[in-house]
Amino acid sequence: MMPLLQVENMTHFFGGLRAVHDYNLSIEKGEVRGLIGPNGAGKTTIFNLITGVYKPSEGKLALDGASIVGLQPHQIASMGIGRTFQNLRLWRHMTVLEHVRLGRYSKITYGLVGAFLGTPQRHREEAEIEAHAMRLMKLTHTDRFANTVVTNLPYGVQRRVELARALATEPKILFLDEPTAGMNPEELIDMMNIVREVHKELGMAIFLIEHRMKVVMDLCERIQTLVFGEVIAEGAPEEIRNNPQVIDAYLGKEVEA
Amino acid sequence: MTSSKSGVRQWVSKTWEQFTTVPMLGWLLGALVAAILENLVGNTFARLVGMSKAPVLFGFDIALKTPLLIPSAICYVLVIYLLPVFIVARALRDPLNKLAAALLKYPIVVSAIVHLGVLYAALHIWSSLNDYRALVVKLILIAVILTLSLNVVNGYMGEFSCSHPGFMALGAYTASVLSVLFFVDGSVFGDALLPPAIGPFIFPLILILGGAVAALGAILVAVPSFRTRGDYLAIISLAFMFIVKSLIENLEIVGGPRGFRGQPDWANLPTVFAWTVISVWIINNFVRSTMGKALCAVRDGELAASSMTVNTSKTKMIAFLFGAFWAGVAGGLFAHVLRYVNPSTFGVQKLAEVLAMVYFGGLNSVVGSIFGAVGFTLLSEALRALELYKWIIIPVLLILVMIYRPTGLIAFREFDVSAMLQPKHKKEKEVDDAAASS
Repeated sequence: MMPLLQVENMTHFFGGLRAVHDYNLSIEKGEVRGLIGPNGAGKTTIFNLITGVYKPSEGKLALDGASIVGLQPHQIASMGIGRTFQNLRLWRHMTVLEHVRLGRYSKITYGLVGAFLGTPQRHREEAEIEAHAMRLMKLTHTDRFANTVVTNLPYGVQRRVELARALATEPKILFLDEPTAGMNPEELIDMMNIVREVHKELGMAIFLIEHRMKVVMDLCERIQTLVFGEVIAEGAPEEIRNNPQVIDAYLGKEVEA
Repeated sequence: MTSSKSGVRQWVSKTWEQFTTVPMLGWLLGALVAAILENLVGNTFARLVGMSKAPVLFGFDIALKTPLLIPSAICYVLVIYLLPVFIVARALRDPLNKLAAALLKYPIVVSAIVHLGVLYAALHIWSSLNDYRALVVKLILIAVILTLSLNVVNGYMGEFSCSHPGFMALGAYTASVLSVLFFVDGSVFGDALLPPAIGPFIFPLILILGGAVAALGAILVAVPSFRTRGDYLAIISLAFMFIVKSLIENLEIVGGPRGFRGQPDWANLPTVFAWTVISVWIINNFVRSTMGKALCAVRDGELAASSMTVNTSKTKMIAFLFGAFWAGVAGGLFAHVLRYVNPSTFGVQKLAEVLAMVYFGGLNSVVGSIFGAVGFTLLSEALRALELYKWIIIPVLLILVMIYRPTGLIAFREFDVSAMLQPKHKKEKEVDDAAASS
């Protein structure tokens, strides 16, 4: 069976700097995969390469068997890769509901005429979009802030809004870039529960970058460790935890600190 | 001293409270009654309080020219405008609330048409008193279209575009050439190609073509916007404006720098009013749809927008073309209202004026743009008597607005028509508050 997302021999250079070298990844439907590595290892670069923000220098990328190399980010997103960002990238003047609604952009069929003239088809579709958005906001516990402008929300909630917005694109695979960065312990547990709930409810595959070992070890079925753009270890959480190379490169430092 | 002050304040707030439940229809009818009253007794009353005739624009003109007449001007505004409006609003409050509720049982269009009808009647009667007023009303309505169309690009999409006078010029000249070429005998193009009698019916089509040409021009600004933003795009768009201006200045066939005259008199008040209503309706529909919200997403974060499946290039293209189209329509109307256009009209001065209206009224807000266009044009006409000093007072006002409300007076607010047409009842919470405070 063909994997949902397949990356083969992906390499990327920033000028003369080799940021990612010979990276391989294959994710099955419904799998939860983790990507760890020290700062500057190239984790976010890999996300940006797969989602089309950068175009890889070499390598093959396929989603559901179809190549996604060279496509625009919005095309890749509408094909089924939803993502959140490491540093929040919310739209600062917009409300939570508007955020989640906009995730449905590629599903709109009423066209410009509908948008200009307010046809019945538009009202029907907008009502569906709103109902769908409300459902996702319930799932991420952001529904009571529906009409609040995002900049007025606490940090933990903003993170969840980003998640809800990514879910609205109906991803087959969800990329989470450090979903718990900067959260206090309470928010962290909330977020982990929500990710679990979302995975159970919607069943998409999840690919996440994390710094907190607890989160990766708890959530992921398999983990890759990236150092200086190269994967040095891949396996189940237990294997990674006990891999001496990984401990050297990453976990060892964390224990000392 | 303090007690009497608070007593006055209490009286004011108590009186005002009676008016908080007046529906929109009440205020509009009040305005209509005031306009009728002025038409009947305006001049007589003006002579009674010592003025030669009814003041044209709420007495500002007279008050600024002959300060001795300030009390008369105030008296006139009070008796002819304010008192009737408030009396009618208060007296008809309850029946009109019932009427507003009854109208909403039908599709919202019915209620909207009734409201617009009353508004139009008031405007028509008010402006029929003299030609100057009629011209001001038409220019205000055109300014509303222009401001809204610029807000789509500068407010909703957040690009600082300076090319709007250029789009307006393209629309104005295209529409003028078409109407003169086809429907005016003995012009620079010779005799009319089609019978002039059908002209007014083709006029909407001519305006749309003017808008379409402006939209074509906008592609020149939209394409660079895919790759560049902010200051650089501002300069590109500014260059576009100058290119259009010098292009027209060098086209001898449309009169070059001397301008182009002879447009038929088709842009009467109902036509301009109808176009303004249509443009507000369509633009408001657009910016409130999920498609329109994509503009705001591109403004606040392009990368996030594209990751949420928004095609950012297409969105920018739509915004520029849509904005330019309405600027072109506004230009066509403008040319037919003045029946003369001149390339120097569409220069930096015009740009400053439109930008001021957008930023004064408020970014990302249809109500703000309407308020900005009406407020700014009225202010600029009211202070006309001050001549040079006008250009000190208005910029100072703008600076103050920018200091205290950096995004404009009514920014980031949705224009919800159905909420505006609702009958107004006392809200439970307000009643509680009133009880608690007293």
